[in-house]
Amino acid sequence: MDKRLSGVTRFELNGAAVEIAPRVGERLSEALRERLGARDVKVGCNAGDCGACTVLVDGAPVCACLMPAQQAEGAQVETLAGLYSAEPLARDLAARFEAQGAAQCGICTPGMMVSAVALLREEPAPDEAQVRDALGGVLCRCTGYRKIIDAVTGAPGRAVDDAEGHSGAAIAKLDGAAKVSGRESFGDDVAPEGALHMRIVRSPHARAGFVFGDLEGYAAATGLTVLTAADVPGRNVFGVIPGFEDQPVFAEAETRFRGEAVAAVVGEAEALARFDSADFPVTWEARAAVSSVEEAMAAGAPQLHSDRAGNVMCGGFVAKGDVEAALAEADVVVEGAFETAFVEHAYIEPEAGFAEVVEGRVHVHACTQAPVMDRDALEGILGLPGEAIRIVPTATGGGFGSKLDISVQPYLALAAIKTGRPVRLTYERTESMQSTTKRHPGKMKVRIGADATGRVTAMQFDGLFNTGAYASWGPTVANRVPVHASGPYVVPNYRAEAKGIHTHNPPAGAFRGFGVPQAAVAQESLYDALADRLGLDRLEFRIRNALDNNVETVCGQVFAQGVGIKACLEALRPAWEAERAVARDVRTGVKRGVGVAAGWYGCGNTSLPNPSTIRAGITAAGRVVLHQGASDIGQGSNTVIPQIFARALGVPVSVLSLVGGDTDLTPDAGKTSASRQTFVSGNAARLCGEALRRLVLTRANAGEGAEISVTEGALVIREGGREQRLELAALEADGMGYVLRAEESYDPPTKPLDENGQGAPYAQFGYAAHLCVLEVDEALGRVRPLKFVAAHDVGHAVNPLLIEGQVEGGIAQGLGMALMEEYLPGRTENLHDYLIPTVGDVPPIETLIIEAPDAHGPYGAKGLGEHVLIPTAPAILNAIRDAVGVQMTRLPVTPARLWAAMKEARDG
Amino acid sequence: MEYLAPHDLGEALDLLARGGVTPVAGGTDFYPALPPGGARESLLDLTRIDGLRGVSRADQGWRIGAATRWSDILHADLPPAFDGLKSAARQVGSVQIQNAGTVGGNIVNASPAADGVPALLALGAEVELASRHGRRRVPLGDFITGVRAVDLAEGEMLLAVHVPAPPEGAVSAFEKLGSREYLVISIAMVAVVLRVVDGVVDHAAVAVGACSPVARRLAVLEREMVGQAPGAVSINARHLDGLAPIDDVRGSGVYRMSAVADLIERAIKGACHG
Repeated sequence: MDKRLSGVTRFELNGAAVEIAPRVGERLSEALRERLGARDVKVGCNAGDCGACTVLVDGAPVCACLMPAQQAEGAQVETLAGLYSAEPLARDLAARFEAQGAAQCGICTPGMMVSAVALLREEPAPDEAQVRDALGGVLCRCTGYRKIIDAVTGAPGRAVDDAEGHSGAAIAKLDGAAKVSGRESFGDDVAPEGALHMRIVRSPHARAGFVFGDLEGYAAATGLTVLTAADVPGRNVFGVIPGFEDQPVFAEAETRFRGEAVAAVVGEAEALARFDSADFPVTWEARAAVSSVEEAMAAGAPQLHSDRAGNVMCGGFVAKGDVEAALAEADVVVEGAFETAFVEHAYIEPEAGFAEVVEGRVHVHACTQAPVMDRDALEGILGLPGEAIRIVPTATGGGFGSKLDISVQPYLALAAIKTGRPVRLTYERTESMQSTTKRHPGKMKVRIGADATGRVTAMQFDGLFNTGAYASWGPTVANRVPVHASGPYVVPNYRAEAKGIHTHNPPAGAFRGFGVPQAAVAQESLYDALADRLGLDRLEFRIRNALDNNVETVCGQVFAQGVGIKACLEALRPAWEAERAVARDVRTGVKRGVGVAAGWYGCGNTSLPNPSTIRAGITAAGRVVLHQGASDIGQGSNTVIPQIFARALGVPVSVLSLVGGDTDLTPDAGKTSASRQTFVSGNAARLCGEALRRLVLTRANAGEGAEISVTEGALVIREGGREQRLELAALEADGMGYVLRAEESYDPPTKPLDENGQGAPYAQFGYAAHLCVLEVDEALGRVRPLKFVAAHDVGHAVNPLLIEGQVEGGIAQGLGMALMEEYLPGRTENLHDYLIPTVGDVPPIETLIIEAPDAHGPYGAKGLGEHVLIPTAPAILNAIRDAVGVQMTRLPVTPARLWAAMKEARDG
Repeated sequence: MEYLAPHDLGEALDLLARGGVTPVAGGTDFYPALPPGGARESLLDLTRIDGLRGVSRADQGWRIGAATRWSDILHADLPPAFDGLKSAARQVGSVQIQNAGTVGGNIVNASPAADGVPALLALGAEVELASRHGRRRVPLGDFITGVRAVDLAEGEMLLAVHVPAPPEGAVSAFEKLGSREYLVISIAMVAVVLRVVDGVVDHAAVAVGACSPVARRLAVLEREMVGQAPGAVSINARHLDGLAPIDDVRGSGVYRMSAVADLIERAIKGACHG
């Protein structure tokens, strides 16, 4: 018999001999992370679907989550951190990842880089096809893969080597080095050794009554600590929109969606590894549930919330002119009904963190998009004042809206308080998908009319949005959709209504675009139909109707400047003309199509305050510290906010030390949402930099144009040949340790909307237009995108490299929404049934940056993050229609659905 | 509970006979199906058993050890009749999965969408099973009896896959239809092995996966193909007799039937023209 029966497994980890005694059934990923401290091995799915945990075993890339730890006996195991420290090839690759901006959030980066190292050892100069094959097993949700491909093939680096690094420079991410070396710490990477573990007991039914058995007996028998609603000292409810707090931490009496929490257990790691919720003493009684908006609105349907009649959460409304009359008078009217699916955010980092009680206060370390909102939510739940709660954001491995809501935080805090020990919790992939928010499915009916000259005269939009069991950000969707459903066009007569409808589904909340991408699918598809009916070129029709400066939006808002949609559409003209000139028939059974679509998106909260505050200080030693609280979830606020600040202060970005969104250390920069950080926090950073500069220049009695240099212990101020040293040690430090300090806030100017949605909902909009070229395989219904050209008006490009990264990543998400993504509770709760694009699915993307400066934006900058996927799905649908003449009205356009639609069009 | 990793087949069979062990090899199906709370019984690691991994020439054809990785198949020196199998190997999950997942595991797991099965069926593969009481060989198509069901007795394990020597000059291809490029569960799959002599088919094997509980050969089509020019083969409903594709999230049954007909023609073309 083999000696490994002794229970000891020996192997080499990154060149060093190691010895472990794993459990039977323990995954190599767990052993590496928890027994050997190799936290650079990331776990995204525990099913081989995401590849984040890729390590080399005897040189071959494998998913460490699928390998019994004992199987490593005698093998050489290599991880990113080891490769980075020992292998020049990996070090070079890391430099190329940074220079391309190939790591955004960084959670997939170890898997990507380890896989790439295996390829590069065999093939030092791989072509794109080889790279795709090598990386096909690693999912990335941020980048759209193109920059990763470029990094591995060795394409010329895109980052500039700019000593100042000010706003406008395409510098590499300031936090990139940690991400490409395996040093970055995400939610599951920070718990102290010996922390207790935690699991959540969740409803197996969409709607169920439940009764607990003998919880005390269970706890005594298992040694586990049990938490239920009875353990919530404050209010067992949370929510993100005032007046819509409706979601319990633990359900009471009845659950409203499959995956809703009813209890939690806390215990030692080994005990929790053996925990099976099927053994937990709870009895379920499945009850009739409603899953669609039609079911929920039917007479006699079960009501999810007693104060929301007919399961209507709330609605949003915008009206202008007389839409009925205008439609009646229009020369051409088109109409259509469109339907989109639940879309899962599918960030590769499941929600994770740990909490502990420190000197009577509870500290929660977790991935998040909104640390101060997390603290506010915990105040109510824990019944503690805000001062007693500290939120320490970890690096966040993707968010896209869902990590605006709390997930692990209340469970961790309650468990840490109850046990008095540090407690950690990481969601399994399936529970992350079951229990966190989704993109709202939309059911939309739209009519649009135009006159014979090709001017749009009227549009009517009615949308029902399936908001799931709880409000979350549903009210935001209901409000944003009517404001945006016109698209970036002049529509003199307009009526748009959107309603959020409760169903027994996971809460639909914030997801990149807040309902606007769904609305754009309907409106932009019908714009093609309208152009065709009018006999007009589809792009020129859009240009003719595009908004402009000094023209009213559907909300009656007029911008005197900064309306860049026409420039975006015109930028597509050369590609549009060239691609339209290519024959449609590619080869037998394959048709080629070209589509365009546009979008707009208001940056910041809709007609509501959303201030950001940025603080900076200079220490006696000459450290310039920027308290940057805008959560960087991969989009780059850790880079662009410092770039803006550095330009305002007049120092190189490289001298800045960053302090993140720790609520004890950094003022509130608001949530990473609504494409607001570059705009709103960027403005706060600009104001803060300017204020600090004034402080310095005043001390030096120097004029506006003086140059500031930072040296050890002093600032050197040069002006017109005059040079003076400001000795910092001579100044008195404040309570924060700064001898000079500034703190500034910015809140975008908006005006409330009246009962017809008229007003000034946003201080600025960003604009976008996409062109998609694709092929349709007629026999199989397969759509193969070949190319995107994306024009984006960003006002001022704070960092062109990061802009490209946002555009490429947004297009990949839009492509997934259009062609493959559909979350079905109980059916697609993992990353092999729920499909997101792989490296083979995203074609080359050309980004055209348009800069129509905005009067409110920092140096003219506008937000971008959400704009990028709004035109993508309709551009794809329009290209499909162009290729095969079929108008798809339901997303995702799976091969089977497109095949059926083509068949129906043929057979009549 | 123990983690058992014997080198000797006899020991492994003794352990299996004793019961209370779950076999594990590449882990690519084992872990995703692992219930909450983890392993409930001892694990029997099959990957260290002597002779269980690798592709070798046997008297009457080829022997593929049950613990052979899909990447081993890709790198094996095999005649063109195995190109379809290699193509399937290249499309099993991802490089990571191909480096761990085994041919035997793919078969015993008995998913209707197992990527390796159609190509092996088209090659006329048999499986060799072993227990403490002896060995037996069963045609692959008989071994897999249903969705997640195989003809494996208590204490028995899959030892190897045997592929009879394909006709000299036979060619092959594999077509997989999925909704994305990598890491995708098949909507439908087709494998063909055929030989063309003097412009007409004289040997034909066509197998379809993900369109019936168990992947299956299309006997009527195969018979009718013989004597035809490969370019003249046209698929009709009779050829697809026995397929019963289901409606699921990946596609409707009607769609699958239509797609399969097309995939077969593509596979025939692909086999003939590389």
